Amino acid sequence: MSARTESPSNEMAEQRSKILFERPQALTDAITNYCPGCSHGIVQRLVAEVIDELGIEGKTIGVCPVGCSVMAYDFYACDMVQAAHGRAPAVATGLKRVLPEGVVFAYQGDGDLASIGMAETIHAATRGEKISVIFINNAIYGMTGGQMAPTSLPGQVTQTSPYGRDTETAGYPIRVCELLSTLDGVALAQRVTVDSPKNVRLAKKAIRKAFEYQIEGLGYSIIEVVSTCPTNWGFSPMDAFEWMRDNMLPYYPLGVYRDIKAAKGEQ
Amino acid sequence: MAEKVLMKGNEALAEAALRAGCRYFFGYPITPQTELAAYMAKRMPKVGGIYLQAESEVAAINMVYGASAAGARVMTSSSSPGVSLKGEGISYMIGADLPAVIINVQRGGPGLGGIQPSQADYWMATRAPGHGDGHVVVFAPSTVQEMSDLVASAFDLGDKYRVPVMILADGMLGQMMEPVALPEPTDVQSLPEKAWATNGHGGKRPHNIVNSLYLVAQQLEDTVVERSLRYSRIKEEEQIAEAYLTEDAEIVLVAYGAAARISRSAVAKAREMGIKAGLIRPITLWPFPVNTIDTIVPVAKAFLTVELSMGQMVEDVRLAVNGRRPVSFFGHTGGIIPTPDEVLTAIQRVASGEQLDLVPYQSKLTGGAR
Ligand SMILES: Cc1ncc(C[n+]2csc(CCOP(=O)(O)OP(=O)(O)O)c2C)c(N)n1
Ligand code: SF4
Ligand SMILES: [Mg+2]
Repeated sequence: MSARTESPSNEMAEQRSKILFERPQALTDAITNYCPGCSHGIVQRLVAEVIDELGIEGKTIGVCPVGCSVMAYDFYACDMVQAAHGRAPAVATGLKRVLPEGVVFAYQGDGDLASIGMAETIHAATRGEKISVIFINNAIYGMTGGQMAPTSLPGQVTQTSPYGRDTETAGYPIRVCELLSTLDGVALAQRVTVDSPKNVRLAKKAIRKAFEYQIEGLGYSIIEVVSTCPTNWGFSPMDAFEWMRDNMLPYYPLGVYRDIKAAKGEQ
Repeated sequence: MAEKVLMKGNEALAEAALRAGCRYFFGYPITPQTELAAYMAKRMPKVGGIYLQAESEVAAINMVYGASAAGARVMTSSSSPGVSLKGEGISYMIGADLPAVIINVQRGGPGLGGIQPSQADYWMATRAPGHGDGHVVVFAPSTVQEMSDLVASAFDLGDKYRVPVMILADGMLGQMMEPVALPEPTDVQSLPEKAWATNGHGGKRPHNIVNSLYLVAQQLEDTVVERSLRYSRIKEEEQIAEAYLTEDAEIVLVAYGAAARISRSAVAKAREMGIKAGLIRPITLWPFPVNTIDTIVPVAKAFLTVELSMGQMVEDVRLAVNGRRPVSFFGHTGGIIPTPDEVLTAIQRVASGEQLDLVPYQSKLTGGAR
């Protein structure tokens, strides 16, 4: 600790320095439980930056169901509600119906959203619930240690598909944005990823749009983030992105699947 | 009090909820609670509230969870199979200390069962409304008037202790019509603020969290123990029961809801025949009114529990009596309602010193199979 003793020259250096990067206000100083290099950390931060930029922390309520991000109630500085596995859209519906002027977002994993909570998802979407859903598709059940998810790819080896996902017995992965894009209640369905600075910027823009559409009262928005789970995939963070680009992006193409404003010719 | 109107029990529950300041209802259709949801669908938009038909009971209870987290008075209603589905959400509400009123207009079970009146969900309501170490408060009305009266108490008690409250009715009470004097409407604005609600901190307070997850065992134990202390207070202060002709009663019936109505007639007939019978009618099933039972044990010679089930509440009666007197049981299940004469026969047999554990086909109460 002796190296950190204050000296006058240090103080001067601090006065001259400019803050380039700091924690968004919408995040608390709690230390997250995410593994190093996990996409969750990046996306969680993007949501917080958007909350800051829109100046909506005071009227935002986040819903985090079960999954690696379940403890996000400690990480966000806005009011937070923990939800049962898959039920975030229903919980968010209850919140938003009581607080129509509030901003309600749900942060859901792929097991959560596309398996146990598929009914809640489809129906919140088709009702056009004015909520913003951030959907982390990492093709696996992260929190429980790497089981097959509804989004796991054909042939993908997981703890519960040890010989690779056999589509004959386990069926095919679900493309959520494509599926939801057929529903009239959906205002925005967009698939992004966060593997490069450029894509991170695009992802943030999409998340911001999802919040703006909610504030404008347009309906249900979902931003699917094709993500990585380095720990359960058994890769380094960089190799995980490599695997994601090679295997997930062909199955889950990035892009806008539904945007009611764009459809109406607005930009 | 206001003049009386003729209403179905299910409708009285709904109207009383509106008058208690409930402006949010989430449900899923099921017989025999249908009139309640239909009433809400009609009235909610007129009073600036929300009626939402959810995609399932699972979704409905989770919408209740969200609305309650936002600080609102909120209700859901269903019948037995639907209440099973709500179990998950009820457990989460218990764990997150969220109040709400949950109606179960019971029908016969298990499985899809039937649609006739039943009291077969006593165990589910009082023992395991969901997984984990927890309870809901359970009210058991036995008239349409009481269905109306208990709703405001249920909301108030839920808010006071931050617990979900269940009103355990049955298909008979839900469907029948009786005159009812409705309570005066509550001004929604006058309801006390909920400082814990997740309704947006507005920069005015630290962020609120609604949560039931505690990964550190000690923290989970601490929260469960804290909640149990509230349960102890509820047990001490919130037991309600009606005692009918019990001062000198030797044969004391214990029955709730629809079974209590039949038992009351049987007790009156027994009195005419010179049998000193009485009735304890639990109005709270959890907390079970052990205090009332306690005060009556010294006078009573025997207890007789009557239920529309194979015998569920009788376990609580036996726990309360604690071996001091014999406790008999008589019941029908599956939607069959015992007649007052059947109950009277059971009273006579208990009065003659028998201890009964009578369920259908084991009994020859009516002199033949039914
Ligand atoms: C009703 C219920 N079933 C199962 C679980 C166990 N469980 C916890 S997290 C999880 C999967 C989470 O996977 P996902 O939603 O993809 O989120 P990730 O951890 O990958 O971000 C499961 C099955 C649970 N908590 N509740
Ligand atoms: S288990 Fe996977 S999804 Fe969960 S925090 Fe670790 S890397 Fe991220
Ligand atoms: Mg996942």
